[in-house]
Amino acid sequence: MKRILALGLAATLLATACSSSSGGAGSITLYSGRSEDLVQPLIDQFTELTGIAVRVKYAGSSDLAATITEEGDNSPADVFFAQDPASLGTVALAGLFEELPDDILSVVPSRFSDSQGAWVGTSGRARVVVYDPSVIAASEIPETEDGFIDPSWEGLVGIAPTNGSFLAFVATKILTDGEDATLTWLEGMESNGSPTYPKNSPIVAAVNDGQIPVGLVNHYYLLRALAENPDEPGANHFFEVSTAGGLVMPAGAGILATSDNKDAAQRFVAFLVSDEAQEFFATETFEYPLVPGIEANPLLPPIDTIPTPDVDLSELATVLDVATDLVAQAGLL
Amino acid sequence: MTQPESVVEVDIPVAGTPAAAVGGTAPSRRRAPWWLWAATIVVLVPVAVPILFLAARALGATDAAWNTLWSFRTLRLIGRSFVLTGLVTASATVIGVGGAWILARTDIAFTRFWGVVFALPLVVPSYVLALSFVSATGPRGLIADVTGFATPHLIGLPGAWLALTIATYPYVYLITAAAIAKIDPALEEAARSLGASPSRVFRTVILPQLRPAVGAGALLAALYTLSDFGAVSLMRFDAFTRVIYAQYSGRLDRTPAIVLSIVLVLVAGVFIWGEQRTRGKGTYFTRSAMRPPARHQLSTAQRFGAVGFLGVTATIGVLVPVAVLLSWLWRGITIGSDLFVPWKAIGGSLTAGALAAALAMMGAIPIVILAVRYASKATRWVERSVFMIFSLPHITIAIAVVAFTIRYATPVYQSILVLGLVYASMFLAQATSAAKASLLQVNPALEDASRSLGKGPIATYLRVTFPLMARGLLAGGALVFVTTLKELPATLLLSPPGFTTLAVRIWSAADEGLFARAALSSLILIGVSILPVYYLSIRPKHVLDT
Repeated sequence: MKRILALGLAATLLATACSSSSGGAGSITLYSGRSEDLVQPLIDQFTELTGIAVRVKYAGSSDLAATITEEGDNSPADVFFAQDPASLGTVALAGLFEELPDDILSVVPSRFSDSQGAWVGTSGRARVVVYDPSVIAASEIPETEDGFIDPSWEGLVGIAPTNGSFLAFVATKILTDGEDATLTWLEGMESNGSPTYPKNSPIVAAVNDGQIPVGLVNHYYLLRALAENPDEPGANHFFEVSTAGGLVMPAGAGILATSDNKDAAQRFVAFLVSDEAQEFFATETFEYPLVPGIEANPLLPPIDTIPTPDVDLSELATVLDVATDLVAQAGLL
Repeated sequence: MTQPESVVEVDIPVAGTPAAAVGGTAPSRRRAPWWLWAATIVVLVPVAVPILFLAARALGATDAAWNTLWSFRTLRLIGRSFVLTGLVTASATVIGVGGAWILARTDIAFTRFWGVVFALPLVVPSYVLALSFVSATGPRGLIADVTGFATPHLIGLPGAWLALTIATYPYVYLITAAAIAKIDPALEEAARSLGASPSRVFRTVILPQLRPAVGAGALLAALYTLSDFGAVSLMRFDAFTRVIYAQYSGRLDRTPAIVLSIVLVLVAGVFIWGEQRTRGKGTYFTRSAMRPPARHQLSTAQRFGAVGFLGVTATIGVLVPVAVLLSWLWRGITIGSDLFVPWKAIGGSLTAGALAAALAMMGAIPIVILAVRYASKATRWVERSVFMIFSLPHITIAIAVVAFTIRYATPVYQSILVLGLVYASMFLAQATSAAKASLLQVNPALEDASRSLGKGPIATYLRVTFPLMARGLLAGGALVFVTTLKELPATLLLSPPGFTTLAVRIWSAADEGLFARAALSSLILIGVSILPVYYLSIRPKHVLDT
């Protein structure tokens, strides 16, 4: 008993000592909604390159956005690196981001960044239809997501209605098609008994395991599954017309206005849109690089050929609550 | 909760006499010393802060929040969570009590092996359990691959029910096993010598004496189920926690999620109240010296049944998840995935677990002594608040603590100390449940004797009470340790930047579909948890030595 208490105490002191030893001028605190498995190697490259230490807090993008808005002026974070425009928009709407300098913003096509310059897009994630070609031919997939509310798709289309990417798509649909059409679509998916999942990766796994033939997901989960097991049967289908269901959502980063080390923070965000980091996103995370001239994975259609809907990504966060309400109203939540 | 209720209806041979109030004779009428209350209040601060903070936020809630609450769907989801919790609690209680009785009171072979294996599902995070069940079943699942016989997909209510039963029955089993070892065998022998059948002895002699332990374990199972998010979301069962998480992540306005969390606490309150209501007013300690119990000799058919019961449970709870994890790991190795041992996460997990266990054990001491020796309306509220925080979704607690500490305790924001306090308060119910079950079995006459010999109350607690309840307390600490190792949302939001644990590694890798990495971290998590589980499982034998 005493031994255990002593052990716990020693461990605490050790951990406290460790956590306070890093810090100082040459370091930044990063809140990353992008997972450690994906981006830690990239962060290590940055530290190697610049000597700036990065203390990272990893968690879900929306949880970190909530944390930052709760922290307000006391936030220890210098940079917020998030998976989706809605989380970035949440922080931007709260007025907690510092405007980024032009030399960072100008590297990426403006449609992938905040229109006010609060955050910059760092890589692109396309909404796609993942399907099992042994069950359904690509030609049978409807022109847009609207076709999936037809009763012939009953019980066949996997969705992740509580997932951030799905909500970003719903928010986009609200902006492009209006609330009524969006609710009609969501209700159609619900009355079709579309199987719901907590997030994208189990949908891709369910398609690969033959549990469902079709799912609405982000493009890279299948590529990763194929990298682990090349025999997986699934394939990605990109919508050929401009629709919310074919949205290319950027992951992105912004600098907190309360940051006490803005120079280092800017160097970090600039690094995320450097050729080196963009190559990393293309090859390691199977996302679209957003900086022109950097090639995406050869399995993917070029980003310019995806007819992504014409929306201001900064507005997604403003309709996020409405999107969640509609999803709940449709009975999918 | 149906199991424990039926327990008290049975005639209680030792405890039924009206004179035998809780705590025996004199102590219950004595007032609790002020320092015991002072210590309890200190312990309750981190428990009360999130609850009060949420209550304050809920009072300022928007109309949208209340609209969410009163929607028909929300009410239906509360009903679904209620049904799931009832089913899981019933099955977890049957399995947990059955296993404890077989291993403690029959002459079954290899009790040590079975004891550890039977408790082992405790250390597998419920989301890993659920993920492995999803992956093992179905036409392309592991079971079909290995046996050539395809099982149906395990999803929805049956899936959530199975995964959560497996995840929670060890709580019932461990607490009951500890209590079974301390039952005076003289009563059973008397009953048997008067011609009662073994099953009658079990129902009318053993079960009533186990009532506090079974009730505590069942309540932990119920509240765990109610607050679980990982298993229900992977099994695609629409439970109430799913809505709470969805409202948190899908909104700028967080009050709807807070209001829903408060509702969840109220639902949990029904189970807490039910457990307290059905608690007998009996005494559960023996007044005489104890001998080791005679073990019931199983017939061949019974032995077959008992081994089958343990074997099937262990296969579902241990073999299936471990086999699935190994198959993922193997696939990763064969295709040359980048795998590495996450040393930092192992260190983080051990630090978090040890700190949480130490704090929870210290916190449990005054609460348990108060609740057992000075039971009153006030102490029942203390216990209730401890169970309430156990039933809150962790994301809710985490955001409340973020909001509170950043405003009022900025220097310790995102410190390991606050993280440890949050773990300890979230899981305090496990420590108090285990310790309480063991203190109830300590005869207060021993304490009276110590006092009459001139020892003061503090010296008595330190020299007499504390050593006697230490085993239960350590069992509680071990429970908190393994539960902390599985914790995710509070760890993510409240830990210092750069701090990581195995649970975080599993989440991060599985979230990105990197199943080989997730499997490696999961297997390590199970590995480092085996030692506390081994201790928990063999402990009942040691009790007899003390």
